[in-house]
Amino acid sequence: MKLHDRGRIIAGILVFLIAATFPFWYGKGRTIAPPDLKLDTPAIAQLSRKLCVEPTPYMRANHMKLLVAWRDSAVRNANRSYRAADGRLYTISLTGTCLGCHSNKTQFCDRCHDYAGAKPNCWSCHITPEEVR
Amino acid sequence: MAPTRREFLKIAGVSAAGLLLPPWAPLAAGQSPNPAVPPAAGPLPALTARRWAMAVDAAKCRPGCTDCIAACHAAHNVPDFKNPKDDIHWIALEKVGHVFPAEAHSALPEPLRALALPVLCNHCQNPPCVRVCPTKATFKRADGIVMMDYHRCIGCRFCMAACPYGSRSMNYRDPRPFIAKLNPEFPTRTKGVVEKCNFCEERLARGLFPACVLACKEKVLSFGDLEEPGSEVRRVLERGFSIQRRPELGTGPQVYYRL
Amino acid sequence: MFEKALKGSRGYGIWVAFLLTLTAVGFYFYLRQLAYGLGITGMGRDVSWGLYIAQFTFLVGIAASAVMLVLPYYLHDYKAFGKITILGEFLAVAAVIMCVTFVFVDLGQPGRVMNVLLYPSPTSILFWDMIVLNGYLLLNIVTGWTVLESDKKGVPPPSWVRPLIILSIPWAISIHTVTAFIYAGLPGRGFWLTAIMAPRFLASAFASGPALLILFCLLLKRITRFDAGEKAIQALAKIVTYALATSIFFVLVELFTTFYGQIPGHMDHFRYLFTGLDGHRMIANWMDVSAVVACLSLVLLIIPRTRQKESLLALACAGVFVSLWIEKGLGLVITGFIPSPLEALPDYIPTGPEIAITTGVWALGLLLITLFYKIFISVRTED
Repeated sequence: MKLHDRGRIIAGILVFLIAATFPFWYGKGRTIAPPDLKLDTPAIAQLSRKLCVEPTPYMRANHMKLLVAWRDSAVRNANRSYRAADGRLYTISLTGTCLGCHSNKTQFCDRCHDYAGAKPNCWSCHITPEEVR
Repeated sequence: MAPTRREFLKIAGVSAAGLLLPPWAPLAAGQSPNPAVPPAAGPLPALTARRWAMAVDAAKCRPGCTDCIAACHAAHNVPDFKNPKDDIHWIALEKVGHVFPAEAHSALPEPLRALALPVLCNHCQNPPCVRVCPTKATFKRADGIVMMDYHRCIGCRFCMAACPYGSRSMNYRDPRPFIAKLNPEFPTRTKGVVEKCNFCEERLARGLFPACVLACKEKVLSFGDLEEPGSEVRRVLERGFSIQRRPELGTGPQVYYRL
Repeated sequence: MFEKALKGSRGYGIWVAFLLTLTAVGFYFYLRQLAYGLGITGMGRDVSWGLYIAQFTFLVGIAASAVMLVLPYYLHDYKAFGKITILGEFLAVAAVIMCVTFVFVDLGQPGRVMNVLLYPSPTSILFWDMIVLNGYLLLNIVTGWTVLESDKKGVPPPSWVRPLIILSIPWAISIHTVTAFIYAGLPGRGFWLTAIMAPRFLASAFASGPALLILFCLLLKRITRFDAGEKAIQALAKIVTYALATSIFFVLVELFTTFYGQIPGHMDHFRYLFTGLDGHRMIANWMDVSAVVACLSLVLLIIPRTRQKESLLALACAGVFVSLWIEKGLGLVITGFIPSPLEALPDYIPTGPEIAITTGVWALGLLLITLFYKIFISVRTED
């Protein structure tokens, strides 16, 4: 079987292969340090038991789902009270509760988000303690 | 141990049902210890109502006073763009002739015609803005407040066309650079969404009356549950005649004016 | 059949390149608008809908006007329209795409547009508009393309196309009725709160759409070998005439109710529209031109001798299109907001970026029409 435009086709396939495997070979040999999360805020230091709203592994995987549930509860159902799995009661507030303890957004939230390339747009409205200081 | 998805959903559902239970505010266990942001629940329990309403005793207004506007806009991070085109306001002062164009006739006494009335969202009983919103980003709560969900708003501005009162403002640009002093207790909005007065529902949840009501030194604004016989707003309205803006439209506005 | 759009004369290439440039410029300014916000336009707190929504309103009418070719041919076997129903359907497709694009560029948070489907609100007319517009788009793409392809193969279209085409007739009426309902159901906007809004929309649609089609047919006759036929063009011209007369009559009827009834709130809007209020004359200047041009065009269209003379017919159709574009694409939407609910008289002046984006979307639509019609011509004049 004849292959017309052979040169162009083979060149095109090569370009495609290089582009498609780009993520695999571009960073070869480089190490990027995992995000270094700082939990040494004054508010956390004051806590007797260093516990977040829910356990850390759960928060790491599901904090966005929790925040969406919180958002709908507070805004659409006028319910600003959240009972955690272990029975403790929290006020639903991103700035007030979450950032109340994690008042160092640039050294906590941003570290993982930048590493993972996540760009949550919560901050266009919700105020961070660092902005107010 | 981390909750399973089912457990989490059950708990979230129970929390939502907590609306029906007496306020848990005093249970401050697990509250944010950050002193910059006072706890959102307490020391006063949340205020509830069957129909929040406001009465404006306009004759008591001090000429030139803008305390209600200043308090509201400071509490809610309302930007000041300093140009009328992009203007955002939740409450404003307008002349009687503009607020009541049908009722304000030429034979009214001069002091009355020169009066500037506070105008704001009327939190209508039959709100056209809620009817037209394609995403239910604006919706009516059981307690009468017409709420805005800034997360859902697509900025189509249908609600602005539907509002007969000019109560709504659009964020035509990023408001952040134009907020004089950020109030960390309340979020800002972002460009591309419509906003308006919310009867200070976040303050009602903390047992506080709206900022404008409390800021007015002349006690022009009264607030309360219109369906509660002893409420402040009922008592004010029982004193005599009061009118609403454009009642013939059937919107059922809940801001009443005594002139 | 797409490949037929890629080959053409030098003039065709220059025209396509020109439209692509305008579209690209419009897109650039849209990126600027995304970054800055809708404040880059002339819209404000009082006039919260402007050029974009006005164009959307006008173009829904153009899209609906395809029914004026489809109805006589498919329901009443009016053979003269047989050659050109596809032109109407392709015009409808391009017009609906322009409509949807104008709504999109008008959104403050376009990334959230799917919220309309994720959180359906059947009480909102905008929700229904999204459904009927997209349904109409799909209908016309499928029917137009299928009929053209059957044409190319020299076979009659498959039988399932006919019920879809019949469906597009009431659907066309519905898209413009729903769009009129966006305005006609708002209690606070007296200028729009009238039952005659939907009939007015349909009348002006059936005048402006076929007028544009006539212009396209005359142009195609001049630059290609495709001739729609004297009978078809004259039939379309008569449709434009009756529709324009009806449209003008509806405006006069509105003027009677308003000015004989003497209700100040109603009169204010119409005064602003035609004579200006308190020196604010921008819209009035445009509307006065529109009124004069509409009447002159009607005269040219009514008189058979001038209607049958191609150059004068083209002039009249251009006049109809421009006049109704001013009325619906500018006058109607802006005037609803002025005077404002608090009796203010704001000015609405479209900005440069706003005009550039608007031009870009129009160029995109014209580009689609060009490509569709090129394919159509290539298929029709193949033998």
